[in-house]
Order: sequence, then structure tokens, then C-alpha cells
Amino acid sequence: MNTKQSQKGFFTFARKAVAWNLSGSIGYQLFLGILMFFMFVGVYGYIIQFKTGLAATNMSNIVSWGFYISNFTFLVGVAAAAIMLILPAYIFNDKDLHKVVIIGEGVAVGAIVMCLLFVFVDLGRPLQFWHLIPVIGQLNFPNSILAWDIIVLNGYLALNALVPAYILYCHFNFKEPKGKYYKPFVFLSIGWAVAIHMVTAFLYQGLPARPFWNNPLLGPRFLASAFAAGPALISLVLHIINSATDYKIDNKIFNKLRIIIVSAAIINLIMLFSEIFKEFYFPTHHSQSAIYLFFGLEGHNSLVPWIWTAISLNVIGTFILAINPFKKTPIFLLPALVLLITGIWIEKGIGLIVPGLVPSPMGEIIDYAPSNIELMITCGVISVGIFMVTMLIKPALIIEKKYEERHLKS
Amino acid sequence: MDSDKKKINRRTFLKGAASVAIAGSATATIGCKGKGLLNSSEAFALEFQEYFKKHYRLMTKSERTKTVTRLEKLAKLKQDSIINIETTEPGQNVLYGYAFNVTRCEGFMECVQACVKENNLDRRSNTQYIRIFEMENGQMSPDQGDGKYFHMVPNEGHFYMGVQCFQCDNPPCVKACPTKATWQEPDGIVVIDYDWCIGCRYCMAACPYWGRRFNWNQPEVPKEELNKKQHYLSNRKRVRGMMEKCTFCIQRSRKGKLTACAEACPTGARVFGNLLDPDSEIRFVLENKKVYRLKEDLGTDPKFWYFID
Repeated sequence: MNTKQSQKGFFTFARKAVAWNLSGSIGYQLFLGILMFFMFVGVYGYIIQFKTGLAATNMSNIVSWGFYISNFTFLVGVAAAAIMLILPAYIFNDKDLHKVVIIGEGVAVGAIVMCLLFVFVDLGRPLQFWHLIPVIGQLNFPNSILAWDIIVLNGYLALNALVPAYILYCHFNFKEPKGKYYKPFVFLSIGWAVAIHMVTAFLYQGLPARPFWNNPLLGPRFLASAFAAGPALISLVLHIINSATDYKIDNKIFNKLRIIIVSAAIINLIMLFSEIFKEFYFPTHHSQSAIYLFFGLEGHNSLVPWIWTAISLNVIGTFILAINPFKKTPIFLLPALVLLITGIWIEKGIGLIVPGLVPSPMGEIIDYAPSNIELMITCGVISVGIFMVTMLIKPALIIEKKYEERHLKS
Repeated sequence: MDSDKKKINRRTFLKGAASVAIAGSATATIGCKGKGLLNSSEAFALEFQEYFKKHYRLMTKSERTKTVTRLEKLAKLKQDSIINIETTEPGQNVLYGYAFNVTRCEGFMECVQACVKENNLDRRSNTQYIRIFEMENGQMSPDQGDGKYFHMVPNEGHFYMGVQCFQCDNPPCVKACPTKATWQEPDGIVVIDYDWCIGCRYCMAACPYWGRRFNWNQPEVPKEELNKKQHYLSNRKRVRGMMEKCTFCIQRSRKGKLTACAEACPTGARVFGNLLDPDSEIRFVLENKKVYRLKEDLGTDPKFWYFID
């Protein structure tokens, strides 16, 4: 290949990426504008929270973690799920999935950025976050699982940003990326993806103070629900790309993703059933949280409608995806993906975090719902995530398309 | 070697930063003789240095003196109150323990009030380290009791149980903290370096006894009610976003005094003392009474026993 003449530097690469991101149709500009608006809403909310303290949220000494940590937990799963594309694409050399793996990685980076932001906005003293950085601060490693989580999340962010960046940079210069440079990191990132989600589960699982979380099934269940919700979200992004851009995605890919999603969702439902059985076949003192979640305790039942909605959505979504009605015109698959994602988001978010904290160790029961400030900040963080994903995927697809066309010509 | 180098670097950096801040504030005050602004810029310089200070356990003796001086100056400048912050070290051969006489307590909650005053707890959100649960006869664990009773006490057919931080010997909160901002002192007290805490609240989730409190809002203590005898690890000023907890009144206990709650109890239900002193009252209770602890199954090994006369 004619490498020497067409070698373009990293600067051009970055400049082009920015240029491609800013150009686009009116619809695209409008989309960016809406994201900007929600980011400002988030910043405004955060300024208020920063000034008043976390009292601006509805969290309390009993429900000490709320909506932020709930979303964080869900999004770690989304980030981890990228390996369901990376594994077949890079290791088994699946040609179809290879075409969309870059999108999966983009979604993973966006999800990790959201995770880190959610942890950051949950901090009581964000200005002191440097106390976590080794050498200038003190990281309680290996004792604190939160310290582990900080390491694995940042490491995963680096892996998922650098590997695609290298591959894209090569493709940008119409070169074949060298396997020995990036393959080791791909292997590493596969193990690492499992690690980010297991460590996040251990964050809760390792607390004997909270019987609802102190459950060896939590880690595996996190993985199963992640491998259902993550690819579901990626498939949704693919649908959007397929209909909004000229980057066409083959139906085969959607089908492969559907199989991954269904298998994981079924395993997730089996584990959920196993947990429910344990809590309700012979309810003990430790089942209080589960009773609070599913039926309410002493008149406090704010979570009850949520969890039943979540379970219904999970079951219906899984069922539709599994039987795949109207195989020729699968109009129900898209809504089924949305149902499944929403179901897992509730179940693994607020349905997992809040009942872990209620009843308090001293038996107190309260209700929790996020405050307006919490909702505003959450909107802000999520729009930052969507913005990131867009900014990463748009230039990536343009580069990939050009590279592919060049390949076809030669 | 390495840490020495780091220390010097940090110190020179702090000095430089401080002089920049002071120079900056001096320029800002030229042409403006308002005392308030002069004060606030001095306060800013002090706070700036406070921001970069080390973890309490890594500070040398002189660094501790410096931060204490800064904190005292800041209290003078900002609240106009003259306080005294100590850094009393744990004594030799001391391990504090606590025993609570379930038979004697009648639920007056004098201990709660004494604790609030002694430890400068936030009056705005009504933070309390101690909770008293009213239990029906036959109950054993406070999670079955009523922690919000509001009527004449003692109530027939009921007894009372006080709960606070149990200063576990195997504390789950210390293990959880990602920045080592909370640890167990040699005399058994679990303390927090408030300034090092980042407010993630993981310790709170890890505590099986609900022993920790978070400053959700900016805490307030009326100036005239402020306890001016303070300890760096205990009742000094906290700000929003910090975790705090019972410290067995370090500012008192390390000087051989009783904790405020034990001293305030009108019925003598509270016994505090040195577990390593064979002649102490707490040793007498442990050796001669039937004692029990909460949630023994978790293996946290609390240094807080309940006993029945």
C-alpha cells in the first residue's frame, strides 16, 4: 500500500474528527443543541447541589446512596457489555460483528464516563477527590473495594479509548492495524470488562451490614443483566445509526445480538427467581429489605410499583425477543429492547440500591424518591454520555466507511 | 529518602503557594481599608493552605501544630470565637470500652443532649450520635424498638437501649474507606480525619450499627453554645460533605475524664473506662455481670456491651 505519501499525522486526525463532529444536517445540529441544553440543566443543578451540599438531594442518613449510585451501577453493566462484541469480533474473527465493534466500544467509553461522573456528583466533597490519587493522596488499596473500583473503571476507560483510537488512526491512514500492537490489550480488556462489573458487585456484596446485598449471587447476576441490557442498548444505537446515517448495518448483526441478549436475559431471570425464592420461601429477619421492595413495609411502599413494572418489562421484553414474532418484519423487536433496558435499569438501579439501605440497621423504614436536583444532574450526566458516544462514533464511522470503500476498490 | 524529598517539595510548594496567595490578597486590599476584606483575604490564604495539607497520620509534629494554628486562626477570623484544638496522643496501655446497663436506663435522653453540646453537633439537621430505643419487655434488638418515642418516661412494661458507635475492634467502616480517612487509634477509638474525607459514604453503608452520620448540609452551632475545648479528631468544626461519628469524646477521655454521655447519665446506666486497667469499673462489669453485644454473628467485635443487673 502507498503508506509513505499519505501518512497523515495525529493532528490532522484530531482536527478532522472535530470537523466531522461539528458538520451535519439540521436534525443533527438540533440533536446536539438538545444535548447541550440538558448539559446546562445538569450544570445548573450541580451548582445548586455544590452550594447547599448533598441536602439538595433526597438522600438521608438512612438512604445514604440514591439515584446517582443506582444509575452508576446500571451503567457499569452497559460498559462491561462491550465485550459481548469485542470477544467474537477480535478473538473469533466474526466478520459481521467486526463491523460494529467500534460502536460497542464507543458506547462503553460513554458509559464509563457517565459512571465516573455519577460517582463524582455523589461525593460530598468533590474538591478533595485528589485524596484518592496514589502518591499525592492515599488510596486504600487493596482493602477498600471502592479503591479497586476506581482503578478498574479508569483502566477500562483507558483500554476502551486507546484500542479503538489506534485502529481508527491506522484506518484513517488506510493502513492495516498491527495485531501485535493492539491484540494484547484486547485480551486484557475482555478480562477487565468482567472485572469492572464483578468489582462493582463486590462493592455491595462485601458488606455484611446489608443482608440484601451480602449475597454471592450478586456478582454473576450483575454480569447476566449487563450482558442483556448492554447489547440491547448497543443494538438500539445500531438501529439509530442504521436509520439516521448512510452506514448500513446488516440484519445478521441484529440477529446475532438478539441471541446474545436473549440468552443473558434468561439467565438473569433464572437468577432473579432464585433470589426471590430464597427471600420468600422461608422469610427471615434478613428478608425485610426484599419484603420492603416487593410488597412494602409498614405502609412504606414507594418501590413496589417500580419493581413490579421492572419484572413485567423484563419478562415481556425477554419473551418477545426470544420468540421474535413476525420474522419478516420484526416491528416488535425495537420496543422489546426498550422494555428490557428499562426493566433492567429499574431492577438493577433503584431496585437494588435503595432496599439494600432500608430498613436501616436500626430497623427504620423510610421512602425515597430522587429530588428535582438529582433528576436535573442525572439528565446532565446522561446527556454528557450521549454526547460523548456521538462524538466518538460519528468520526469513527466516517473513517471506517472510507477505509472500506478504498479496500473494495483495491 | 523518597518521602523526605516529597515532604520538602510539598513544603516549598506550600510556601510558594501561600506567598502567592498572601501577595495576591495584599494587592487586592490596597486602596481598600475595610477590615472585613482584609480578614477574609487572610482567611482565604489560610484555607488555601489547609486545602493542600496532608493526611493527619502522615503529618509530623510541627505540621500538626501548624494546621492547628491555622484552624484556630480561622475560627477567630470567621466565627470570632477563640477555640483550642488539641492533638493529644493515645495513652500507653489504654483500650477504651463501654458498657450499658439495660436495667437502669429509663430513657431520659440526658446523654443525647450532653453529647450534642459536647461534640458541637449540627443543630440545623439535629444530628445525634446517640439513639435511645424504647423496647417492649421481651424484645432484645433495637431494630424492633421505637427510636422516636415522645412521652413521659419510664414507660410501664418497657425498657431502654442506647445505641451509638460501638468502636468495633474489627471495624467494617475502616476497611471500606477508599482514602484511609478513617482508622482505629491504638486506644481502640475509631476516628475520622474530617479534612481527608471525600464524602463518598461507603463507610456508612458498611456500618452494621448505623454508627455514622453525614453532613448533608452546612452544619451550624450557635456561637454561644460552641464547645471551645476541641480535639483535632473529634469535636472540631465540620463542614458539609464530611462524615462524622462518636469518638468516645476523645477530647475528654484522653485526659482521663468520662465521656459526656456517661457523665450526664442520671441513672448511672453508662459505664466507661479502660479495659486494660484491672481495677476499672468496666472490668468489674465484664467480669461480674451477664453481658452481651449486638450482632455478634458479624464478627465486628464491638467494644460496647449491654448488661442486666
